[in-house]
Amino acid sequence: MGLLSKKDSKLISDPLLDNNPITIQVLGICSALAITAQLKPSIVMAVSVLFVMGVGNVVISLMRNIIPSKIRIIAQLIVVATLVIIVDQVLKAFAYTLSKELSVFIGLIITNCIIMGRFEAFALANGPWRSFLDGIGNALGYGLILVVVGFFRELLGSGTLFGLKVMGDPVEKTGLFALGYENNGFMVLPPMALIVVGIIIWIQRSRNKALIED
Amino acid sequence: MALNTEKNSYTIIFSIVMVLVVGSILAGLASGLKPLVKANERFEKQQNILYALGVNNNEGANDVAFVSTDNVEQEFAKYITKQYVLQGGELIEDDEAYLIDIKKEETKAKNGSYERRLPIFFGQKDGKDVYVVPIRGKGLWDAIWGFVALDKEMVVTGVYFDHKGETPGLGAEIKQRYFMDDFTGEKFLDGEAFEGITVAKGNNDPKNERKDDHKIDALAGATITGDGVSAMLKKDVKMYMPYFKTLN
Repeated sequence: MGLLSKKDSKLISDPLLDNNPITIQVLGICSALAITAQLKPSIVMAVSVLFVMGVGNVVISLMRNIIPSKIRIIAQLIVVATLVIIVDQVLKAFAYTLSKELSVFIGLIITNCIIMGRFEAFALANGPWRSFLDGIGNALGYGLILVVVGFFRELLGSGTLFGLKVMGDPVEKTGLFALGYENNGFMVLPPMALIVVGIIIWIQRSRNKALIED
Repeated sequence: MALNTEKNSYTIIFSIVMVLVVGSILAGLASGLKPLVKANERFEKQQNILYALGVNNNEGANDVAFVSTDNVEQEFAKYITKQYVLQGGELIEDDEAYLIDIKKEETKAKNGSYERRLPIFFGQKDGKDVYVVPIRGKGLWDAIWGFVALDKEMVVTGVYFDHKGETPGLGAEIKQRYFMDDFTGEKFLDGEAFEGITVAKGNNDPKNERKDDHKIDALAGATITGDGVSAMLKKDVKMYMPYFKTLN
């Protein structure tokens, strides 16, 4: 690898699979439940977290030597909150309909435990470049699960992807609906996100026995 | 010189500097983007009013597609011929009536002497005069609001509903086509009296073919949101009744 050393590239690849923040560390579940009923908000949420985590990790890493340890959690919170407000304002100005759909959930990024966890566990102890990679890696790992869950929930719950009717029309009974297929309304409700995440965790652990704890 | 980050004085100075820096960044950003955000809110209101009037980009049977933001202002000027504010029985022309915050008006009207300003929009659709009025109420979790288009006999020609935080798949369905379309043709008046339109459970007319029973088939699993829709229709549209009486 030319661009990244082996150690650096592990910072990106680890959180995608073997140390995924959602499926292995079981963090950030709340937002995964809330916004994954459709694919589009899942992707916007993933991109927003990517920005907040990438930039936030760098900022915290740059400030790591001047932050007083007594108030470091507050300082971290301020950095997350600032970045989240920036995302929110930019969405409101340039993607208004989307910002309405996501409404409170963008604000909820502040409470996303993955972000504070990475600030505390990684950025406070590492340089900006490595912190950046770590942030990107974890955000991608989070986003990956979000998109997979969003894909299945929208497809099975509403029969659409990005709002396009890929399964046919449920009212006029075209496509699969003509064969007696019905949308699974359960998929739209938040509990199903938990079950889909559970299934992903199940598949992942059955393929890699090393992940199973005793 | 190594920084002593443990001292109390350092902590205080650090906090102050951080708050100042963050505050100015955010203030700058917010005021920079404010015109864009305001414009988006304005376009949204215009799109909603036009939707109730029946001016939209719907294609399929289930679409709820607004006029695009690029030409919403031209379309608004074309279809909404006049905007008025009703205040104390008087009709005052106001070109920015659509920007009136009816939530604020409602709060102000609670303390006594204030006469509430009621916006009303005059439109033309298919050669007929249509009047669009805004409504606002409470759903299960948060605010619900919308616009109702009426002809001069107070028969609904179209509606648009929106919500802040109703449950997806249940209460949030009030902004779906199949629910909103049911309102078309319903009557607010029963003879001379104001009857309102009720979102009814166990309606014996689920296809909504009878248009004079003042009832719309309810959404399954969204009783409170449905009741909220009935209540806001009754409460807010009723305020316009004295005006509609003068039209006939």
